[in-house]
Amino acid sequence: MSFVEYSEFIKEGDVVIIFLGHESMMPIKVEAGAQTQTRYGAIRHSSDLIGRRFGSKVTCSKGGWVYVLHPTPELWTVNLPHRTQILYSTDIANITLMLDLKPGSVVCESGTGSGSLSHAILRTIAPSGHLHTVEFHAQRAEKAAQEFRDHKVAHLVTVRNQDVCKEGFGVVGVADAVFLDIPSPWEAIVHAKKAFKRKGGRLCSFSPCIEQVQRTCETLLEQGFGEICTLEVLQRVHDVRSVTMPLVYLGPEDGGPESAKMTTDPAAEEARPVANPGYQSVTCRTATPPREMAGHTGYLTFATKPRG
Amino acid sequence: MADPLGVESDEEECRICEGEYVVLKRGEVYKSVQVEKRKKVIFEKQWIFMDNAVGQLYGSTFEVDSGGILNLRKPKQDEDSTDNKEAGLDNRHIVDDGKSQKLTRDDIESLKEQGLKGQEIIQQLIDNSTTFKDKTEFAQEKYIKKKKKKYESNVTVLKPSCRILAMMYHGREPGKICHLRYDTLAHMLTMGNIHAGSKIIVFETCAGLVLGSVMERMGGHGSVVQMYPGGGPVRAGMESFGFPSHFHETLHEFPLCKVNALLSGTLNLDEKDMDSQSEEGSSEPQSMEVSLDPAEAKKREEREKLREQKAQEKKAKLEEKRKRLAAAAALLEGRNADGLVIASRFSPCSALLCLLKFVAPSRPFVVYCQYREPLIECYTKLREQGGAISLRLTDSWLRHYQVLPNRTHPVLLMSGGGGYLLSGITVASAASGAQQKSSEPAAKRIKLDEITSTADSSA
Repeated sequence: MSFVEYSEFIKEGDVVIIFLGHESMMPIKVEAGAQTQTRYGAIRHSSDLIGRRFGSKVTCSKGGWVYVLHPTPELWTVNLPHRTQILYSTDIANITLMLDLKPGSVVCESGTGSGSLSHAILRTIAPSGHLHTVEFHAQRAEKAAQEFRDHKVAHLVTVRNQDVCKEGFGVVGVADAVFLDIPSPWEAIVHAKKAFKRKGGRLCSFSPCIEQVQRTCETLLEQGFGEICTLEVLQRVHDVRSVTMPLVYLGPEDGGPESAKMTTDPAAEEARPVANPGYQSVTCRTATPPREMAGHTGYLTFATKPRG
Repeated sequence: MADPLGVESDEEECRICEGEYVVLKRGEVYKSVQVEKRKKVIFEKQWIFMDNAVGQLYGSTFEVDSGGILNLRKPKQDEDSTDNKEAGLDNRHIVDDGKSQKLTRDDIESLKEQGLKGQEIIQQLIDNSTTFKDKTEFAQEKYIKKKKKKYESNVTVLKPSCRILAMMYHGREPGKICHLRYDTLAHMLTMGNIHAGSKIIVFETCAGLVLGSVMERMGGHGSVVQMYPGGGPVRAGMESFGFPSHFHETLHEFPLCKVNALLSGTLNLDEKDMDSQSEEGSSEPQSMEVSLDPAEAKKREEREKLREQKAQEKKAKLEEKRKRLAAAAALLEGRNADGLVIASRFSPCSALLCLLKFVAPSRPFVVYCQYREPLIECYTKLREQGGAISLRLTDSWLRHYQVLPNRTHPVLLMSGGGGYLLSGITVASAASGAQQKSSEPAAKRIKLDEITSTADSSA
């Protein structure tokens, strides 16, 4: 297993995703002799996981069962331990497209945060690209580096614990793309410029507040970036379900004598049969929106650094 | 740690070569063309000869002169030298009577014919506008921007990429790509975990754009099997990516009409579906005349040779086709593909349920559809038959912003929709559907008193 390459069977040391049911998953690190408790019972790593196929059904000690899944950056994003607010797959997908990321790309990123975007970038640039990621918080930087090792992607990434606004990314002239998710991105633009290859490349800055976006765009323009474009993207989920609606009773169609219902005899009314002509309904298969949805994550600003 | 490319090879890779596919750009308009010397291409109502682009760097901007010839523009040579000192405070006294511009259409045409550049024409328009100096600074900027869009005849030559081509198709010919918006495409590639080294099955009728996007993310590693309806796979959009030739070796194709045969193990690779054509050679009536004329005999001999040669070529082509079919079948037969991407104008349900059989367990799949109902059907059928979890039906909302000092707001026009996606993950197929992990709330039961109350007429 690795986050950049599929494998068929589970080995010791793998990180796998246990699927317990709708919107309920958890990551676990496979260790011989270990056990993981779930609401369906215990999963014994040695007998239930090691050597099993990804995608198999695993029966837990209490009799319930779960699926064990191969990790992907998308599954990791919704299951990783948060150390900071993270980027979700909607923004990640657009960042990947708009930065022209592909195998072989060299990317500079700051801040690393909880590594959500980092894993997605690594998946896309493997096997020949590289990610230089900068995080100014020492523990977060170390945790990210540890996770990259666990996920077998350390050879594709260099983590640096420094302040990108003061010291840059630690490399110059190598990047095809630069990504910024920091409080003051305009302070890092000059360093970003130096990180690019001579032929230039693509830049993205993610900011929750419009004031940050304005300052960043101003600086990008001053620094000679082109194709400056700001957008936001949101995902809407449609809950598929069957919906039954009663039909309104409008009286007998031909306007003729009423059926048994309209008697004035109270006794007869109470004894009315359950299946009366008014009880009709239609069922349709449709999709409804959730009650609430994410309305804002951040603004994405993209730009191109021309050759220089 | 990956070493950066040497500067020299970096430069080489960046130069436009004859025969390559490029994308022309002016403002927000893109067009994919192939660079061919002495051949006219039309872009934004102008005829252009691409000759002068050959050997230049990608990203270069050219001025198009009246003859369609490209002239390289230096990067620094432009913009915003119009330092307008005079400007108004608001528009309370500006009357729009359509008479503020003194130059007529003919005047402007003659300026163009004189060979004036876009920037110069715009300056002429400003000088001959009675209201320009009264406009606010913002209004002046907006005016200049608008005129630039109309009169500038620059074109930038870009290297194709998924982003550029997806935006191009969506802006120019959305019908060809089932109205797939580029952020939805971005989603498909990410949710599908498309990456180097995997084996992906693609079924698309988006002119090859989706296929090319998948191939770009695979970087020439792994393999792609393109399923196609009808006679042959459509790949025009994929060609526009300008992939190096070794990428094409990872690409295979398989006809959908043979999928059932493959699944049941009855695929006959030697099936002649080109029957009508193969008989053509032999159906030519054999000449019964026996002419003694040597010239005549020689001609007949030559005709025979030609016929034989053609028959040989036909045979070689059929053999090649048979080999390719066998290779694609071999890739599918293992039923261990790493992903499935569907984006077509065909009803997705039957294709999805069938093609999922070729995908290994614990792998993602995505289905794009312009409309919602077909995906609701897919979702329902998948829940019934099992074998897939984490089913999600989504669409995305995209909005662009204008960011300018004191003028920041969302752009006025917005995309109304970008299509719908159904995504999920395969699992080892359950023997029974009984042990479904339900993810839907049960359909709401009608309470009895709700029904009886409708029948209660007023006393």
